[in-house]
Amino acid sequence: MSDATPTNGATPLLEFRQVNTHYGAVHILKDVDLAIYPGELVCLLGGNASGKSTTLKTLLGMVTPTSGEVVLDGEVVNDKPTSYRVVNGVTMVPENRRLFKRLTVKENLQLGAYLRNDRDGIAEDLERIYELFPRVKERLAQKSGTLSGGEQQMVAIGRALMSRPRVLLMDEPSMGLAPALVQQNFELIQQIHAEGMAIFMVEQNANMALSIADRGWVLQTGRVVLDDSAEKLLANPELRASYLGEG
Amino acid sequence: MNARAMTLPRSAVDQDWRHVLRWGLICGLALVGLCLVGMPVELDRRALIERHLSLGYLFVLLVPVAMGWVSSTLVALEGVENRRQGLYDLVTGFLVGLMGGGVLSLLMVALDAWNLRDPLVNWSPQLFRFLTYENGMGFGAAAWLATGAVLGLAGAALHVVPAVVRRTTGFVVFGLFFLSVLEAAISDLSEGFGLESLTDWLYAKKGGLTVTSTIVFGLVIAAASLATRGRIKAATDRYRDMEGVERQKASTILFVVIAVLCVVLPMFLGKIMNELLANVGIFLLLALGLNIVVGLAGLLDLGYVAFFAVGGYATAVLTSPNSPWFAPELHFGVSLVFVVLAAALTGLLIGAPVIRMRGDYLAIVTLGFGEIIRLLFMSDWLGPYFGGAQGITNIPGVDLGFATVKGTDPRSVFYLVLVFCALAIYTSWRLQASRLGRAWMAIREDEQVAEAMGINTVNAKLMAFVVGAVLASFSGAVLAAKVGSIFPTSFMILVSIIILVVVIVGGMGNIAGVLVGSFVLIGVLGGPKQPGLLQEFQNYKLLIYGVLLVFMMLKRPEGLVPSARRSRELHQDEFLQDAWLKGDKLDDEDAADDGASVVPAAAPVGDEGGEEE
Repeated sequence: MSDATPTNGATPLLEFRQVNTHYGAVHILKDVDLAIYPGELVCLLGGNASGKSTTLKTLLGMVTPTSGEVVLDGEVVNDKPTSYRVVNGVTMVPENRRLFKRLTVKENLQLGAYLRNDRDGIAEDLERIYELFPRVKERLAQKSGTLSGGEQQMVAIGRALMSRPRVLLMDEPSMGLAPALVQQNFELIQQIHAEGMAIFMVEQNANMALSIADRGWVLQTGRVVLDDSAEKLLANPELRASYLGEG
Repeated sequence: MNARAMTLPRSAVDQDWRHVLRWGLICGLALVGLCLVGMPVELDRRALIERHLSLGYLFVLLVPVAMGWVSSTLVALEGVENRRQGLYDLVTGFLVGLMGGGVLSLLMVALDAWNLRDPLVNWSPQLFRFLTYENGMGFGAAAWLATGAVLGLAGAALHVVPAVVRRTTGFVVFGLFFLSVLEAAISDLSEGFGLESLTDWLYAKKGGLTVTSTIVFGLVIAAASLATRGRIKAATDRYRDMEGVERQKASTILFVVIAVLCVVLPMFLGKIMNELLANVGIFLLLALGLNIVVGLAGLLDLGYVAFFAVGGYATAVLTSPNSPWFAPELHFGVSLVFVVLAAALTGLLIGAPVIRMRGDYLAIVTLGFGEIIRLLFMSDWLGPYFGGAQGITNIPGVDLGFATVKGTDPRSVFYLVLVFCALAIYTSWRLQASRLGRAWMAIREDEQVAEAMGINTVNAKLMAFVVGAVLASFSGAVLAAKVGSIFPTSFMILVSIIILVVVIVGGMGNIAGVLVGSFVLIGVLGGPKQPGLLQEFQNYKLLIYGVLLVFMMLKRPEGLVPSARRSRELHQDEFLQDAWLKGDKLDDEDAADDGASVVPAAAPVGDEGGEEE
């Protein structure tokens, strides 16, 4: 644990303890330690094939670690299915948004709340999302595949919020967005974070991600090589050389 | 016309000759192909308008019209037409038709000169007589050149004439065609109502409409088409725009009308028509089940016939006294419980190993399972239990106390099938709007994301298999009770394919589409073994199925009855293309107004999309 880790007695919301994963014989994650505390905005940086997406899938239970522990609220959830984690507040916004293209915007949002049974709560959350994204409300009956990139991003985030998560896992949120949208997208993430949501963001756009994050990790071929506060990472010459294209 | 051609030489003479040549050759090859398949000669026996027009001639004559229409449609960009209208079109159509006629004349010469009957079965004197109108080669060649050119011109002219004329012509042609094709059904129906004199006047003795009735009905349909112009579309649009209570009321009325028709109509129909309707019902039931598997859950199951077979065999074993191994001779209703259990179990057994496969792999493996099930029923190994190739015979009908449903009384079979179909339609409809239905659709769209949303994809997919299997087993049970015997040959792979075509042509994931698909394909063309209204098509059924499938995939992938949503999506695509062609920089605008998303910005594209809702 680095000195940037908040250690004021809080238990981490989501945690990796010495996690290893394999795809067949290929060793992907190697002894990875991560901890996400409530209300934090943290990011995981790394190049291609460094294991970023596998980390997300393992957190969400779509990949089972071969050793180590995935801990949710202090409980080891290695054997629990994805649905258990979604119910307990972990949700992902997938890379490239990946909406259900031929379904309407409203159906997409409803599917986000698939595991919930509280009608009133769902209706309430829908209203909250319309408030957050007025553009989405105008498009409710439209097929989500016909939306523009920016609108799709809003629906993707809205869909994730519909499960009432406590931590939002975002896979490359700026991937495939027009440059002007990337900035706006990060502002949106900050806005959601400001409301108290913990956000775990996987990004290639290290500069932008670190500028809004509290802490960050750098993953290299499945191993955490750097673990520090965002400011320190931004100032780290090693990182600047390899990820920010300087040096 | 000559004078205009001289004043406007560019538009008429400045043709894209390669384009004309290509379509002319396509037209010619289509005509020759049609002739050598043997369709014209065989279908010549079915008269449409007394002696003047037969189904065979209609098919040959349709080709130049269609080619004239298509060739004068220049497609600049996918889905966007960009044509020089007027004389240019007409000349293109004329030349294409003329070339088609020319190629056909060459075929006539060849028919006369050589005998290629050995490889080409339909290379026959009958074909020669058909093509020359039994008037000798010179006349035939001249006639086809002239008809080809005129019909090509007519096809192209459809682009040029005002929309009203186009619409009216279409209505009259299709109306008369259906009136003529439905001869058996209409005479059957009018007999039921005691209106034989009407049919005597309408249809000639040897089949086909009489000339007078053709003219009278042509005028009536034209008048009706002019009178209803714009109203039908307005009515459907109004229905679509309705919301809440109003819509519910309209839907209820529509539903009651259809239900009453379904119950009352068969009483006035004869045996043949009821038999046909019962067959349509059996296949509709199958198509509804497959629609859940393929249309909703997106699992391409090519072995769907397996569940049909299980339903049929389970019913046979449980009800027939001739069952070779175990013959409890249960009542149909009691056996149904076990049939459902057997089908659900088979669904699980077949589903479990293949459920983790996707797309093509799933299709191939299910294709295999479909065949395996049939071969098992046919095998000597299971022969002592299921009768092998001899099948199981003497299956009793359904004893209802007041009546018995059996094959000799097709009307009762229809009512039985109707009950199951109503059940299946209700189930599909409820499932579509349910949580499970939404999970299926999410899996169809993106399985991984569906999983990330917490949907148990394995269970949901297994459920789709099981629900589909149960609906198919109902269909199998009805088939067993109707036919009275069950053989492995009733469950060929062709059944799977035909049901899939019904679902695709009708409109995947859409109950109304599946209904229309079954009526059009099974009712008109016929099922794998069951004749349809057009019995003459028996030999060409699969050819037409194939052509239809290719055409639908290319031109109308949303099916005959697109759901309201689907067509909206297509409109949006067209609109986006238009906007793109006009040079709107969509990306920039998106970026610009997404930048201020809190304020609903007025993006031209987005707003248009919004208004269409």
